[in-house]
Amino acid sequence: MKNNVNISINGFPVEIEKGKTILQAAESHGITIPTLCYHKDLCVAGNCRVCVVEVAGQTRLSAACATPCEEGMEILTNSLKVRNSRKHIIELLLAEHNADCTKCYRNGNCELQKLSSEYKIMTQDFIELAPLKNYSIDMYSPSIIKDDSKCIRCQRCVRTCAELQGVNALTVAYKGDKMKITTFFGKAMRDVVCTNCGQCVNHCPTGALVEKNYIEEVWEAIADPNKHVVVQTAPAVRVGLGEELGLPAGSRVTGQMVAALKRLGFDAVLDTDFTADLTIMEEGTELLTRLKKVLVDKDETVKLPMATSCSPGWIKYIEHMYPEYLDNLSTCKSPQQMFGALAKTYYAKARNIEPENIVSVSIMPCTAKKFEAYRPEMHDSGYRDVDYVLTTRELAILIKQAGLDFNKLEPVKYDRLMGDSTGAGVIFGVTGGVMEAALRTAYELVTGREVPFKNLNIEPVRGMEGVKEASIKIENPLKEWAFLDGVELKCAVAHGLINAKTVMDAVKSGKANYHFIEFMACPGGCLGGGGQPIPTSPEIRKKRAEAIYAEDGALNLRKSHENPEVQKLYKDFLKHPLSDVSHHLLHTSYTKRERF
Amino acid sequence: MPIMQAVVEREKYLSEYSMIEIAKQIDIPAAEVYGTATFYSFIETKPTGQFIIRMCKTITCAMKGKNQVLFAIQDMLKIKMGETTPDKKFTLLETNCLGWCHKAPAMMVNDEVYTELTPEKVRDILTGYMKINEQNLN
Amino acid sequence: MKVMAISHQLKRVDFIFSNENDWEKVLSTTIKKKPADLINELISSELKGRGGAGFPTGLKWKLASEAKSDAKYIICNADEGEPGTFKDREILSKVPYKVLTAMAVCGYITGAKEGFIYLRGEYKFLLTELNKAIDEFQYYCKEIKFDFKISIFMGSGAYICGEETALMESMEGKRGEPRNKPPFPTQHGYKNMPTVINNVETLVHTFTIFKYGAKKFYDLGVQYSRGTKLFSVSGDTPKPGIYELELGMSLQDFVYEFGDGDTKAVQVGGASGFLVPRKKFKDAAIGFKGKLTGISLPTGGSMMLFNSSRSMYNVLDNYLEFFREESCGQCTPCRVGCQQLLLGIKAVKRGEKPAAYLDKLLRLTETMQLTAKCGLGQSVANSFSSIVENFHEEMIY
Repeated sequence: MKNNVNISINGFPVEIEKGKTILQAAESHGITIPTLCYHKDLCVAGNCRVCVVEVAGQTRLSAACATPCEEGMEILTNSLKVRNSRKHIIELLLAEHNADCTKCYRNGNCELQKLSSEYKIMTQDFIELAPLKNYSIDMYSPSIIKDDSKCIRCQRCVRTCAELQGVNALTVAYKGDKMKITTFFGKAMRDVVCTNCGQCVNHCPTGALVEKNYIEEVWEAIADPNKHVVVQTAPAVRVGLGEELGLPAGSRVTGQMVAALKRLGFDAVLDTDFTADLTIMEEGTELLTRLKKVLVDKDETVKLPMATSCSPGWIKYIEHMYPEYLDNLSTCKSPQQMFGALAKTYYAKARNIEPENIVSVSIMPCTAKKFEAYRPEMHDSGYRDVDYVLTTRELAILIKQAGLDFNKLEPVKYDRLMGDSTGAGVIFGVTGGVMEAALRTAYELVTGREVPFKNLNIEPVRGMEGVKEASIKIENPLKEWAFLDGVELKCAVAHGLINAKTVMDAVKSGKANYHFIEFMACPGGCLGGGGQPIPTSPEIRKKRAEAIYAEDGALNLRKSHENPEVQKLYKDFLKHPLSDVSHHLLHTSYTKRERF
Repeated sequence: MPIMQAVVEREKYLSEYSMIEIAKQIDIPAAEVYGTATFYSFIETKPTGQFIIRMCKTITCAMKGKNQVLFAIQDMLKIKMGETTPDKKFTLLETNCLGWCHKAPAMMVNDEVYTELTPEKVRDILTGYMKINEQNLN
Repeated sequence: MKVMAISHQLKRVDFIFSNENDWEKVLSTTIKKKPADLINELISSELKGRGGAGFPTGLKWKLASEAKSDAKYIICNADEGEPGTFKDREILSKVPYKVLTAMAVCGYITGAKEGFIYLRGEYKFLLTELNKAIDEFQYYCKEIKFDFKISIFMGSGAYICGEETALMESMEGKRGEPRNKPPFPTQHGYKNMPTVINNVETLVHTFTIFKYGAKKFYDLGVQYSRGTKLFSVSGDTPKPGIYELELGMSLQDFVYEFGDGDTKAVQVGGASGFLVPRKKFKDAAIGFKGKLTGISLPTGGSMMLFNSSRSMYNVLDNYLEFFREESCGQCTPCRVGCQQLLLGIKAVKRGEKPAAYLDKLLRLTETMQLTAKCGLGQSVANSFSSIVENFHEEMIY
C-alpha cells in the first residue's frame, strides 16, 4: 500500500508516510530539529517557532512540527536563514525570560538553557523585558511553585492540564504583550481546581513550574541528633530514580536506593510497599464487606462501585468534580498516609521512641502527596502523620549533594518491621497494579485458590490504554462467601484524569456496572507521576512499567496477604482488618469542594 | 461568546460570579471562560461604570486632535485613563481604530459612535449622558 | 513583463455603491446557472481578495466546492480593524443586499447551506439595520425556495480576529488565536468543515461580476490587478472619504488628487502596509504584485496621507503600540518581537541605544517576517522597514 511521499531533507532523499510532519520525518532519519512547544504527549501547537525550517519554493519558513510532508518537498533544516532565524527566536525568548540560571531550580535540566547553549547565545543585544513587568511568584500551593517570569508561553502546561488531565486549572489569558498563563481570575493555584498532580511540572520546559522542595528541612531533621528520621519509598521511585542519576529509563535500582538512603543519614529506611500490602488487606476486606452489604443485606447506604483512594490527585479531582460520589471512595488512606500513621504509633512503640521525636519522610513520584500530607485530617497518630514529602527528583538532589557515586553502591536490604514487601506491593506504581494486587488477594480469600492467570500476571489490567476493563467470575467460593457464587466481579482501571472523567461519566449515566475501579491521576500510573524525572514520554513510561513488572516477577512473595510483617502487624497491633484501631489510624474521610 | 456579550450588555462587565455561572450553564471549565473573556478588549473583567467611553488612539485620530478631546473629558469627569468616576457613571478607556478615520477624532460611548469631535462637542455629549440618568430617576 | 505605472489618470468608478434594488433579480437568475460556469466566470475575472491578502477568489470558491463534506459554511469577514480602513462599514450600511446575495450565490456554488457575517464589536450600531435586511433576504429566499440561512456573529474588540483562522476560532467560542496553515479553511475551516471566508468588499465585487459579467470587471485595472477597489482615504487630505478607483494607478496621481499640497508620505495598506516617501511616489503603483519597487500591495485599501508637519517617529510608535496590544501573543517572534521593536525605537530616540541598534531591529523584523505564525507578525516588517529606512534621521533626533 503505497501511501508514502518522497521528500528530501538537507539534500538526502527520504521516503515517509503521507501525513507525517516534517519533524517526524527528520526524526526517523536521525536528524534532530530543536523544539520547545512540541511534546509527544500533547497535540501540536506550533507557537514557539523554534522548529522552523526552510522549504524550497516558499518565501516564509515553516514550522516543522505542524507542516505535513508533501510529495517533492525539499527541506533544509540548517541553512543560514534557518539558523539566523532560530537564533533570533531564542534571543527573543531569553529577553522575555528571567535568565538568572544560577539561581533557578531547573539549572542543568532546562530546555531553553540547552538551546541557548547549543546556539552559543553569548550576548543579549535586545532589551530585557522581564524586569519591566511585575511578575509575581505563586508559592501558596503546598506542592507546586509557579514563576511567571520564567514562562516562555509555550502553553504546554495548559495543554497538559486540559488534554491529558481534563482538569483545566491553567489557561491562557489576555493578549499581546500582556498574554500570560494563569488560573481562573489569576488566583493562587491552591484556590482553584488544581489537583496538584504535577503533570504541568513534568511538561514545563523551563523553571516556570516546579515542585515545592523540602530538601533543607529534611537535611536539618537528619542532622538533629534528637530526631529519629524514618523514610519510606514508593514503588515507582525505584524505577525512576536511575534516570536522574545517569542510568537509562527503566533501570531497577532498589538496593542501591536503600544503600544511598542509609548513607544520607536516615535512621530507618522502610518501604511504602509494606503499607501497600496493608492497604490491600484493608481495602480488599472493605470491598468484600461492601459486596456483602449490597448483595445480601440490600443496604442502600453502601455504595458500589467502590473506587480506590490512594491517588491524592484523583481524590482532589473527585472532591471538586463529583462530590456526590464521595461515598464510593474507599475509606482507606493511601499507603503513604497509612505508613505515616503507623510510624508514630506502632513503630514508635516497637522501637521505644517518643513519637514526637520521629520525623516521617517519604520519597514519592508524586507532587500531590505533598498536598496529601498537609491535609488537615491527616494526624490520626496524634502528630502530623507524614512530615515531609520529597519527590524522586529531590532525592536525586540529596544524593548528589552528599557526593555519593550511585553506581558504585552495593545493594542493601530495607530495615525491619515495615520494610518487607511482596510483588503485589511493588505493582502499585503502575496503572492496573492496585487492581491486580487486590484481585490476587481477594480472589484467594474468597475461593481459597490463586487467581486463574498464568504466573499470577493478570494481563487484562496491564498496559497503557486509558481505560481497561476486566472481569473475574467467582465459582465455588468458600462457605462464608457463598453469596458471591456465580458473581462476575467487574473491574475497571483508569489512569490520567481525563480517563477518570470518562469512567465517572459512565458511572453517572448508569452505563457502567462495575464493582471496583482503580483510579490513578497520572498517565501510566504513579510511574508517570508529577515528581518523576523530566523528561517524560510514552516510551519512557513503558520502560518504567516493564521494570516494575520485572521487580514483581523476581520476588518470592507476590501476594499481599503473604507478607510476614503485615501478618505480624495484625497479630500484634491491629488485630484484624477494619478493626477499631484500623479505622482510627488507617481510614479517613473526604471533603466536598466547589467545582470552580 | 454570545453569552458573554449578552451579560456584558446588561451588566457592562463580566464579574467572577458571572463567569462561574456561565461555566456552570454550558459545562466548561471556569478557567476557559476567564481565558476567553480576557482576550477580547470589549469584555471587561473589572467593574465599570454605566457608560464606557472608548477613545480611539490610532494614528489618524491622534493626528486630528484626539489629545485635546481627551483632556476635555478628563477635565470634565475628573478621572484619568482607565478609571471610573466615583458615582460609577463613566469609565474612560482607550481603544484602537474604530473605523471612522475620515471623520477623526472618534469615540464610542457604549455602542454609540461619535465622530468629528472637538472639546466643546464632547462636553455636550457627556452632559447629555449625565442627564439621561437623572431623567430615569425621575 | 513588468507592468509599470504609466501615468494613469485616476479613474473613478461606481460599481460598488450603485443601486442594489435589483438584487432579487440578480440572485434568482444567477442561481439558475451552472455552478461550474459561475466559477469559471469568477476565475476569468481575476478577482483577488480585497481584505489585504489578495488570494484569487475564483480559486478559493472552486477549492471549497470540490471539497467533500456534509456541511460547508460561508463566512463574510466584516472584522475591519486595519487602521485607516472604513470601507466595509459603508458597504454594510449602504448596500447590504449585495453582500447577502453574494454569500447566497457562493453557498449555491459550493453547496453550503449556512452563512455568517462576523461583525466587529465596534460596528454594533449597524446591527438593527442589518438584521432587517437579513430578514427580508431570508423571506425572499423562502419565496424562491432557496435554502440558505444567514446569521450575524458579533466580535468583541480584537483586531487579530480579522485573520481568517483566528476569526473561525473566535466563532467557535474560543480565544482568537490563529491556527496552523495547512490545513487551509477551504478544507478544514469553521468547525473543521470546508469554509469560504471572504472580505465584505470581495463579496460585493462578485455581485458586480455576476450582474455584469466578468469582462466588465476584467477590463478595468492592469495585469495582475484587475478590477476596481475601494480606497479609504484619511489623514492630511482635503478630501477624506471612500473612493472606488481602478487598480494600477500611480501613487503620484493619487497624491495629486488627494494630497493637501505638502504630502510627505503615504501609508498604503494601514499599519500592516508600506509607508511610501515623497521621492518614491512616481515609482509606486497600487496593485497586487511584488513589493515596493514598482508596485505595492494595498492591504485593504487604507490610504493615510501625512504632510511635513507630522513626525514619522510618532507614526511608527503608534503602529508598534497597536501591534503590541493587538497581537494574540501565541508565537514568540510576534509577541516578543513587537515589544522589542517598540522599546527599541524609544530607546534609540532617547539616546539609550546607539543608532546602529536600528539595524539590529531591521534584521529582527526580517526574522519576524519569516517565522511568525500569521499575517500580523509577518506584516510588522513592512511598515517598520519602510519607515526606518526612509526616515532614518527622524528615528534618532
